[in-house]
Amino acid sequence: MTTTAKRPRLAVWKFASCDGCQLSLLDLEDELLALPQAVDISYFLEMTSAVAEGPYDISLVEGSVTTPHDIERAKEVRAASRLVVAIGACATAGGIQSLRNYAEVGDYVSTVYAHPEFIRALATSAPISAYVKVDFELRGCPVDRYQLLELVTATLAGRAPRIPTFSVCQECKAKGNVCLLVASSVPCLGPVTRAGCGALCPSVGRGCFGCFGPAATANTSSLSARLAADGATPEAQLRLLRTFTAGAPEFAQEAAAQEAAAQEAAAQEATTRGGAAHQASASEAAAQEAAGR
Amino acid sequence: MTAAKVIGRDGLDELLRHLAALGYRTLGPVARDGAITMAEVSSSADLPEGFHDRQAPGSYRLEPGQGQALFDWAVGPEPLKALVFPPRAVIWTAKPPSYHVQEVADDAPPVAVVGARPCDLAGLQVLGRSIGTGPVADPIFQHRRHQAFLVVVECTRPASTCFCVSMGTGPGATHGYDIRLTELLSDDGPPSYLALAGTPAGRRALGQLPGRPAQAADERARVERLAKAASRMGRSVDTTGLPELLARNLSNPRWDAVAERCLACGNCTAVCPTCFCANFQDTTGLDGTVRRERTWASCSDLAHSYIHGGPVRSSIKSRYRQWATHKFSWWWDQFGTSGCVGCGRCITWCPASIDITEEIAALRASDGAAPTEEEPEP
Repeated sequence: MTTTAKRPRLAVWKFASCDGCQLSLLDLEDELLALPQAVDISYFLEMTSAVAEGPYDISLVEGSVTTPHDIERAKEVRAASRLVVAIGACATAGGIQSLRNYAEVGDYVSTVYAHPEFIRALATSAPISAYVKVDFELRGCPVDRYQLLELVTATLAGRAPRIPTFSVCQECKAKGNVCLLVASSVPCLGPVTRAGCGALCPSVGRGCFGCFGPAATANTSSLSARLAADGATPEAQLRLLRTFTAGAPEFAQEAAAQEAAAQEAAAQEATTRGGAAHQASASEAAAQEAAGR
Repeated sequence: MTAAKVIGRDGLDELLRHLAALGYRTLGPVARDGAITMAEVSSSADLPEGFHDRQAPGSYRLEPGQGQALFDWAVGPEPLKALVFPPRAVIWTAKPPSYHVQEVADDAPPVAVVGARPCDLAGLQVLGRSIGTGPVADPIFQHRRHQAFLVVVECTRPASTCFCVSMGTGPGATHGYDIRLTELLSDDGPPSYLALAGTPAGRRALGQLPGRPAQAADERARVERLAKAASRMGRSVDTTGLPELLARNLSNPRWDAVAERCLACGNCTAVCPTCFCANFQDTTGLDGTVRRERTWASCSDLAHSYIHGGPVRSSIKSRYRQWATHKFSWWWDQFGTSGCVGCGRCITWCPASIDITEEIAALRASDGAAPTEEEPEP
């Protein structure tokens, strides 16, 4: 790609998010100087306040849609862009803020804000694709900067980006990590989570928390059975599944199953105790159930 | 063939020194992150003295044991595959404006492994028949395998997941090594090692080591230990007519049952000493440089069977069945050997505890069972 050729125009947009994903673009330290020579950075407020009007060739969209205003902006971005690429857990699954999807957002608004009447919030935090057509998605919290670069270089060359959909386990094994789940019974979502991070957390002894969302054909119920055999209660599994990609369908579905199991265990406990109030009943019953399997 | 020799721990130290002096990168088993893994070692002090492993489907525990044995454990998670078939390799690059293709020569230094297992050697041999020979032989494999120096330590403490006896690959080693060691325990002192050279290079190395000539009693002790190990094999596979059994049971409902549990995560293929599937993909840099990379791939992966229009094996069931039938049936048609060496890694390192020996036994028990579905999936 030469500088004399017409460079594709790049825009970076932010919705409900922490800025971490767009920051990943600036984290490309070795390639940072070459990037503006390959693409015309037309709109990227985190980098420069100089903005150019659309239309844009590539729009990278960070963040989730959480307000009626967001919906309108998402439509504007779509209309002004040839390619829309949602980047990160928020833009692709609703992000950590999609925990609100499992609660009453009105309760938060009245607790947090002095003047709730000024707040216009949607009931759910949703991915960009819930409202406009998205051409490609990059997962992760944050996205992997090399996947971002791969997306840009693939677009420049007119080829498909090389973004795997297989599990984190494959990256973990390729790195020579010892499996945390098998060798230490550390709860890990790696087997059902999409690769792309380079097995970041398992490489430092932490179980995968699923920030890249579900891998292709993720068998979440089988992994839950495994984690239960290792002693994880339905409540613990619920917490594991409902974090940064709580809104991803495969994780949301299994989380709902775990929630139901936790509630059932709690109800059973209440019955066996003759309805006596008991604070720790739910987790205790669930632990017994898990141990009994 | 020179006679066997008995060396002590100082002999192992001298062996590692000797191999390092010859320019080898010396690798051996070490206890790391709760498992026996391969790492660079420079003396016997780096080896996992007194460690034992406890393996079961989906479970591995490493325990500091007692005694001074260095090799009193079964296989860890890593076969020798990664040494000769690296997870990632750049095959060629091409730079603008000419885009002349420059092949990337493999420059890995020669490796000496001290502490390979007989099933590891068998794994290398099977891998060699798949990717190391013929008109499309992999130059990386050939280069690395050719320059490797292999010291096998025969297996005297198999795991519950081991079934090398069924596959005819252990617990003793018959070929494929430069030096063969058998750890002989002693009631009142450190173990000794019955050593036999298998190649001229092995003979030269063995000649350098302090020790005494082996006696008939040493060989008797070896045979005894191996017989005991064989009798303690945790699992077995009835290989009678196995390729045909699998070939005629593609619609057996057992595949549906195992697919309920299979995570399609690819751990089994990654730890398998003989799985050789790879992706070849081209990437382009900001400056236009093209790189062709080879990376490990897995038939567990949905995208692995992707062709124009979609994946051929879209269900987890069809992918698990592909892996199992290839390993134990089609491998024979393709390479004239079993694709399984009985190391048991796919059993231990499966997070869903799927046990291939159990699956094969279940298929045999339900040989010819009618499918539960109307139409078997591809």
